Amino acid sequence: MDEEFRIIDNYLMIRMPTEIDHHKSVNISAKADRYILSKKVENVVFDFEHTTFMDSSGIGIIVGRYKKISCFGGKVYAVHTGSRIRRILLLAGVENIIQIME
Amino acid sequence: MIEIIDKKDYRQITNEIHLEFAAVSDNESFARMAVSAFITPLNPTLEEVSDVKTAVSEAVTNAIIHGYENKGNITDRIYMNCELKKDILEVEIIDRGVGIEDIHKAMEPLYTTRPELERSGMGFAFMEAFMDDLEVTSQPGQGTVVRMCKKIGLGSWIGSEE
Repeated sequence: MDEEFRIIDNYLMIRMPTEIDHHKSVNISAKADRYILSKKVENVVFDFEHTTFMDSSGIGIIVGRYKKISCFGGKVYAVHTGSRIRRILLLAGVENIIQIME
Repeated sequence: MIEIIDKKDYRQITNEIHLEFAAVSDNESFARMAVSAFITPLNPTLEEVSDVKTAVSEAVTNAIIHGYENKGNITDRIYMNCELKKDILEVEIIDRGVGIEDIHKAMEPLYTTRPELERSGMGFAFMEAFMDDLEVTSQPGQGTVVRMCKKIGLGSWIGSEE
């Protein structure tokens, strides 16, 4: 199992990289989907502790996972969001579909 | 392109760079690093650096995914021109890709032509939000020019939002 991904109960924890752009996002989404399917997790937690840069590709990752798990009642969380990440999440309006925590 | 350069009034311009790079996704980070290094002498706030980096990242990603249809051809080129007029940064991201039919539609938040690639449709909205001015010109089959401006060094006057 990759270091960035961890499963605790039925939560998939994803440690996000320092910089999230389109180049990085393809890989994260593909790996996350593999864990969601193979380990049958319900919820996804994105950990932004180490993230200093994110563009709209990050929104794509979050919304994409939300679409995959929300129909089975799963929830998406964003944790350790600094002011920059929070600003981008709010600008994109995803605070209505995911839980944002500091 | 040469015409534009000829018409330019160089009395206003204090610094300038022209970059040409392959339209591959590895260069998204290169482009935003380059622009952040370019504005460093203006002593920008962290917020301003992040704003500019995000906007450039969006524009370059658009050129790669939409302009050049995500083919990743090493011969497809993106041109990034940056110039400083005192404390005003102007960035131009130019591609010679497919162009945009309906610019107004493309700039609508959440509108995307590539939902299968998990594009959120927020690219132009982010560019508008993080820069002071945004101008998009495009011709189907010819390519797209994204021009953005931002005044740098306002941080100490406005302060952080929180």
